[in-house]
This record gives sequence, C-alpha cells and structure tokens, in this order.
Amino acid sequence: MKHCHNLAETMAIPGGKRSIVLAGNPNVGKSVFFNELTGRYVDVSNFPGTTVEIHRADFGRDILIDTPGVYGVSSFNDEERVARDIILHADTVINIVDAPHIERDLFLTLQVIDMGLPVVVALNMMDEVEESGMRIDVEKLAELLGVPVVPTVAVKKKGIAQLKEALNRASHGIADPWLEEKLNSLGREGISRGDALLVLEGDEEVARCHGLSPGTWREDIYLRRRRRANEIANTVVTAPGRGKKWNKLAAQWMTRPLTGIPVLLGFLYIMYLFIGVFVAQTVVGLTEEIIMQEIYGEFIVSLVGRFLAEGTFLAELLTGEFGVLTMAPIYLLGLLLPLVVGFYLALSVMEDSGYLPRLATLVDRSLNGLGLNGRAIIPVILGFGCVTMATITTRLLGSKRERIIATVLLGVTIPCSAQLGVIAGLIAPLGVGYLAIYLATILAVFVALGTILNRVLPGESTHLLIDLPPLRLPRLRNVLTKTYTKSLAFMKEAAPLFALAAVLITVLDYTGAMQWLQDVLSPLTVSWLGLPREATTAFIMGIMRRDFGAAGLYGLTLLPAQTLVGLVVITLFVPCIASIMVIIKERGWKDGTYIWTGSLVIAFLVGGLLARLL
Amino acid sequence: MTLDKVKRGQKVEICRIPDDLVRAQAIRFGVCEGSVVTCLEKLPAGPVIISKGHQELAIGRGLACKIAVKEAS
Repeated sequence: MKHCHNLAETMAIPGGKRSIVLAGNPNVGKSVFFNELTGRYVDVSNFPGTTVEIHRADFGRDILIDTPGVYGVSSFNDEERVARDIILHADTVINIVDAPHIERDLFLTLQVIDMGLPVVVALNMMDEVEESGMRIDVEKLAELLGVPVVPTVAVKKKGIAQLKEALNRASHGIADPWLEEKLNSLGREGISRGDALLVLEGDEEVARCHGLSPGTWREDIYLRRRRRANEIANTVVTAPGRGKKWNKLAAQWMTRPLTGIPVLLGFLYIMYLFIGVFVAQTVVGLTEEIIMQEIYGEFIVSLVGRFLAEGTFLAELLTGEFGVLTMAPIYLLGLLLPLVVGFYLALSVMEDSGYLPRLATLVDRSLNGLGLNGRAIIPVILGFGCVTMATITTRLLGSKRERIIATVLLGVTIPCSAQLGVIAGLIAPLGVGYLAIYLATILAVFVALGTILNRVLPGESTHLLIDLPPLRLPRLRNVLTKTYTKSLAFMKEAAPLFALAAVLITVLDYTGAMQWLQDVLSPLTVSWLGLPREATTAFIMGIMRRDFGAAGLYGLTLLPAQTLVGLVVITLFVPCIASIMVIIKERGWKDGTYIWTGSLVIAFLVGGLLARLL
Repeated sequence: MTLDKVKRGQKVEICRIPDDLVRAQAIRFGVCEGSVVTCLEKLPAGPVIISKGHQELAIGRGLACKIAVKEAS
C-alpha cells in the first residue's frame, strides 16, 4: 500500500509495534487519558516539519500517541494536518467524546469510522452528564455506531480499566453506506480507505500525494455526517439536562462588556501580581541574583580563570560580561525560566478554565479595526509576559496578514514583564500625568500601527468563529503537565539562540564595534530626542534585552520629560534579541528585518515628536 | 433576515452560511443550514453568541451579517 506520509518513519516507531491513537475534540480531556493510560515516561517531540507537540509513550507492547484536539480530520491548519497524519496511520483509535457535547463530538467519531479504522469510544465527563440531569443510553450508542462505547470520568480514574479492556474489541463500526459507491468509484488500488475518504472530502494534500485530484464531495459528506450525528445524538440522549447555573452566569459576566471589562481588569491585575511582582521580582531575585549570578557565576568564572588568562578573547567569549557560560545561562535559567514557567502556568489555567475564548469574544469588536479578530488577544496578553513566547502563539491566527499584524504590534508596542517592572519603577515618581501621557502614546501607536497595516496589507482577515467551551475548574495535574512540557520545549528552542546572542555581543564588544555604534547614534540621541549622550548606551543595551535599556536610564540624571521620552523610545524600540530571533524564525528574514528597522524608526520618530510637544 | 439582526433570546433557523471553509467549520461545530439556534448574547457592535443544545458559538459581527436566518416557530 502506498503511504505518502509514512508515520512509522517520521515518528520513528519501532517495527512491529501497533500505534494506538487518542483522538478527540479540543477540551475533552485527552491529556488526562494519556496520563492515566501511560504513567510517567512520556516522550514529547515536535511533529516533523511543524511546531505541533506530540506526546507518546509505551503502552504495553504498543505505542500510545496523543493528537492535537480537532473538530474533524482535514487540513485547515497545522494541528489538523498533524492529527490527520497520525490518525490515518493508527492501528486503533481511542476516540474521546465529551458526553455533554455528544452531538458536536459525534462528527469526528463518525468521520473516523468512515475512515475504516478500528475504534473504541470513551464517553467522557459522565459525571457532568449525571449532575445536569442529562441521560445517555450508552448501549444504544454502541449499537448505532457499531463500536464499543465505555462511559468514563477520566479525572476520577473511572472507566479507565474498562477502556483498556475494550481496546481488544475495537471494531470498524458502521460507516455511511452511501460512501461505499463513491469510495469504489475512486479506484482504490494502492490507497487506504482513510486516504480515499479524505480525497473525496477534497483534502488537497492527500489527493496530491496519491496523484489524484481532490474530490468535490466535502459539503455532501459533511452534511450527511452531521445529520447522522444529530440523529444518533437525538436517539441516545433520552433527557437533555440543564447546564449549571453558576456556570452560565459566570460565562455571561465574562462576555458582557459591562461586567466583562472589570472581570478582565481584575484578571490582568492578578496576573500582574503573580508574574510581574511575585515571579519577576521575588523569584527572579532569588534565581538570577543569588543562585545564578553569585553562586553559579562566581564558580564558573573562577573555574575558567584557572585555565584562561583574563582579558583574552576566549576568556571574554566564555566568561566575559556577555559570555556564553555566564550571560547566556544566567539569563536563560535565572531570569527567563521562572518567567516562562510562571507564564505557562497562568496560560494553562486560562486555557483549561475556558476563559480565553470568552475574552476573545469580548474584545473581538475592538480588534476588528486593526485587522484582527478576537483570537488575537491571546498573543497580545502573552506579550505582556514575554514577547518572544507571544510571537510563537501568533501561529493560531487565521490568515498570514493577521499573523503579520499581530507580530508587528507585539514587537513594537507591547512591553514585556521584565521591562514593565523597570518602567513602573521609573514612571511612578513622576506622577499620574506623565503615566497617562505614556499610556496614551503607546496606545496611540498600537492603534495607528494596526489601522495602517490593516489598510496596507493585501487580503482579508478572517472573522471570529469559535466554540465556547463550558467553564470548568482547571485540574492541577493537567495544568502542571502542560506547564512542564511547554516550558521544556521553550527552553530547548531558546538555549541555542541565547548562546548565539552571547557570541555576537561579545564579538561586537571586543572589536570595539559597540563603541562605534554608540558614537554613530549619539547625534540622534542628543539633538533629536534631547537626551544626554550616555542614553545611547541604554538603547544599545536595549537591543539585547528590553529591560536593560530601561534600566540603563536609571543611572542618568534626567528631567521628568526626558525620562518620559526615554521610556517611550525604549518601549517602542526593537524587541530583545531573543524576540528578533523568533520573529525571524516565524516570519522569515525579510519580514523580520522590516519589523526590526521599522520599530527603530517608529521609536525615534515618536520619541522625537513627543520631546518637541512636551 | 441576517444573524446580526436577531434579538437576544430569539430562536432562529440558519438558512445560508457563506464561504466554504466557514460552512465546513460550522458543520463540524454542529451548526448547518437548517439548524435551529438560540441567540444567547449580542455584544454591542460585537460578536453574536448562539447556542444549540449545550454547544455555544461566538460569531464575529462581520460574519453574522452574512449568515441568513429566518424566525423559527
């Protein structure tokens, strides 16, 4: 049989092992099943050629693979493509169905059955079904689908043993008979039933690799499948049940502007207290200053000092001010790691609670004028923590122009948490008036930049169309697992970038290029911005790390207006080296360079204008 | 009538959804032409939130004004 995308090869699955695949809609508790079924030894890797994380682990004599949550199998985005390739090559599929949302979820179930794969259905969250008074006839469901159905409450470990037992009984189920003729007409020699179905459904990628033209039957097949899912749901759901009252009320508060905005502000404040104060100051104070700088830093400097004379290029490269063994690990482990962990914790809680989609709904209208839809609020919020990480999440936006707009806004206008701390410290003594001017200036640039890009960039942005999952209390274990895997993935990505940055800056410094840059830039600083010559150093440091730039202003004696101009420039100034690297990685060299130079121009332009107005 | 004209609490039947991709996505969410949905919430000039059973969807205003609906009995 011809396989265009050989999973065993790309995922390096040892020969002879069967792959058991977990598939389900988003937020149905797939990761809980994964943890319950496999235990501790989980291998997290990026799916080849994408940034989508794949979890897999040994499962008896087989391998269990988790897939990204999808509403159906096709190729609308990266995550779906990954889920599609893994499901197509599954030996057995465990389909997790969110029981209260059975009608929606059965679409995927029926699609997997239509693909001709052996399936077991885990009907999860049965506790919510019972609590709400909803009733589902499980036996009838099994009969209509033709596959084993196991009721489960994964978070309470209920039904896991039965699910394992049912795996041996996994069966092909009852596919839509209407499909047979269509599948046969395709001439199915050398093409699996799953691939054939996706070709019929117009999946261009699968069609191309079989040398077929994509089918035009998607709409018909989808509608038939949707009708069948609804019929089955209507038959097996014998009592509809009611949602929880507090749940509905809270969901309403989050989306109505009058209550939603205070809820959002409260949420941001808690996040600021947790990340901006607790993590960025207390925790980082311990990890960066004491553990990494004092203990580790002194140790490594004295160790290298035994072999290399101080002041030589190699010694500078390894343990100098910007050394590969000093600056890189100190920032990476002492500063970035706690911030990253803190941020992913907050994000996981937001994700698992169901708040994010409601926030996206609340702000949708405000973002439309900037060529974005509500979903773009996720990278923006993340940006206040770390622009580097936030840039990565622009991937979830629906079109290329939205990804560009969001990346530009992040890179230019959003100060990260490290920088926010320093900015707050500098601006607080100046009083409310200056704070208001600062905020108004940054907001004006944010809006103006978004509006202009929206006009200039070709194409059309996508509209908001999102599923609002029920509000649920996040599970600690799930939150911790997510935080761990995401932080680890981030560190793996960031470490080489930091080492590279250390080398680059050491070379600049050692060769005197840094000094030269300071000289070149000083006319701009002094005559255009009205700042002292030494402020140039702050800007150059700001290229490396944004909060360095702001901190550099601390040492100078400045008038209030000068401080304000300095802060505005530093905020709008180029993002830190790590961010630039990620922007280049995500958007390519060309766009990366545009954004980099663009932010420089905007920063000095706005700063200079402000200096003249004040 | 289009979906953006619907009042909060009103029940409507979806008549037409524009754009192949949006339609496919909606079908997977459980909403297709012929589905009867309830308008749960309308944000001022913002998204319309509809529900169908336990399922809730937020639809941007720009999209809502392209979705044709009729009053459901």
